[in-house]
Amino acid sequence: MGFLDTLLGRTKPVQPKLDDLFALPSAAITLEAGTNFKPTGSGSVCFRAVEGRSFSDVEKDVRDLLNASSSAEGGLPVEVSKDSYGFTWLVSSRMSDELEALVTDLHAVNSSLVDNGFGPQLLCTLVAFRDDQERRLALIYLYKRGTFYPFAPLPGERRDNALELEVKGVIGDDLKWESDLSRWFPVWGAPGM
Amino acid sequence: MARTRYAPDRGLTTRMTATIFLLGLVFVAFIAAIIGIGAATHGSTAVIALFAIVLGGGFMIGSLFFSDKIALATAGAREVSPNDGPMARDLHAIVDRICALADMPKPRVAIADTDMPNAFATGRNADHAVICATTGLMRRLNHEELEGVLAHEMSHVAHKDVQVMTIASFLAIVAALLMRMAFYSELFGGGRRNNNDQNAALMLFAIMAVSIVVYAVSFLLIRLLSRYRELAADRSGALLTGQPSALKSALIKVSGDMSRIPTRDLRAAEGLNAFFFAPAMNLNAGASLSKIFSTHPSLERRLAELDKVQRQLSQAR
Repeated sequence: MGFLDTLLGRTKPVQPKLDDLFALPSAAITLEAGTNFKPTGSGSVCFRAVEGRSFSDVEKDVRDLLNASSSAEGGLPVEVSKDSYGFTWLVSSRMSDELEALVTDLHAVNSSLVDNGFGPQLLCTLVAFRDDQERRLALIYLYKRGTFYPFAPLPGERRDNALELEVKGVIGDDLKWESDLSRWFPVWGAPGM
Repeated sequence: MARTRYAPDRGLTTRMTATIFLLGLVFVAFIAAIIGIGAATHGSTAVIALFAIVLGGGFMIGSLFFSDKIALATAGAREVSPNDGPMARDLHAIVDRICALADMPKPRVAIADTDMPNAFATGRNADHAVICATTGLMRRLNHEELEGVLAHEMSHVAHKDVQVMTIASFLAIVAALLMRMAFYSELFGGGRRNNNDQNAALMLFAIMAVSIVVYAVSFLLIRLLSRYRELAADRSGALLTGQPSALKSALIKVSGDMSRIPTRDLRAAEGLNAFFFAPAMNLNAGASLSKIFSTHPSLERRLAELDKVQRQLSQAR
């Protein structure tokens, strides 16, 4: 925020960075090669809904868009849910080998929101992975930072930090990682995981 | 250029600019007056003024650097980690999300164990910030209302309100110091009998008079600025979460409860008034003069401004 904006107390809402999401498919290949984690085919967009008619219209359009694209390819409809903190999750499920199509879908959702002026409401995107020992992993993309971080939940609201750091090491420079560890916030009970 | 839903409020910006400008003007006038007095009475006003400015500057820098420690200690708050219980976990989760939406570094999170509902954020900049909510607040509000309150507080951090208000108060502190120093000089030096007696007394009297006026005017301006910054934080918080109604609901709940709490707690909180979400002492019950002394705008004003945000957010592109 500029000096004048700070002085006068005007916050500029932060616009999301959308394009870094496309690095995910190639990173997933590296991940699978280095560990046993494969995408589950589930990906979601998390945003803070705005009250009022304008946003709910946009949200409906976005859901219709996603449903149209997935049903055209025989996929599942989009699930919408609200978490306990009031954030909305749009979960798209695809076949597990269609990561590129999934990322394209998620990008379409983001672009829709941005085009309608609601870019600042986007929080994060989550793409789920699983290995053959049924361990869960998510790669979370922070829109406002344009960076990724891993999230490996364990039962009882604990995180497998060692696994997360291992994943970060394996994928390495294929993804832009979030350097500030305090921003790797946990998303317990995220839909689609 | 396409108009964005998140456009700033021109009226508020204009008023804040005017207030800051007036404060600057008063400061300049003050310096000019001191110089004028010094020139007219051939006295060593420069030394006294310099001393007051250095002392005032010292207080200002000190309070800036220690604002977070001071605020936490005064509120009886303790820093918590996400594992310190369900309240701490919820608080951390809400703060995490606000910081991710606003692209701000995460502040330290603290909880104050008191039934009085309130929240504050302090710290000289975003990297050294602390946000605190009371157990009373977390008990009374749901997640969305709490989010609105915390987003308001994080906006104070983003706007560097601690710095701005401390610097704005600098002038009042210097004027108050000069007032005192002139007063005490007058007391102690008044018995001398020499050629400069007339001049010295006149000079000190003039300094005292100017300082009193400056102090009074800047005090009112600072309170006015504080009210505008509260409105700016309300607005930013509501735009960030996209839920002005949740913030309105929180305001109503908190303001209503504040007036019912016994006076014991209120007096303890008076010192932290400027940082709080709602003023701890509710002087407002109808009296209009007290409004110009208040650090926070009235509830009606805040709700009206949030209505404006609501209308802005629901306009179609």
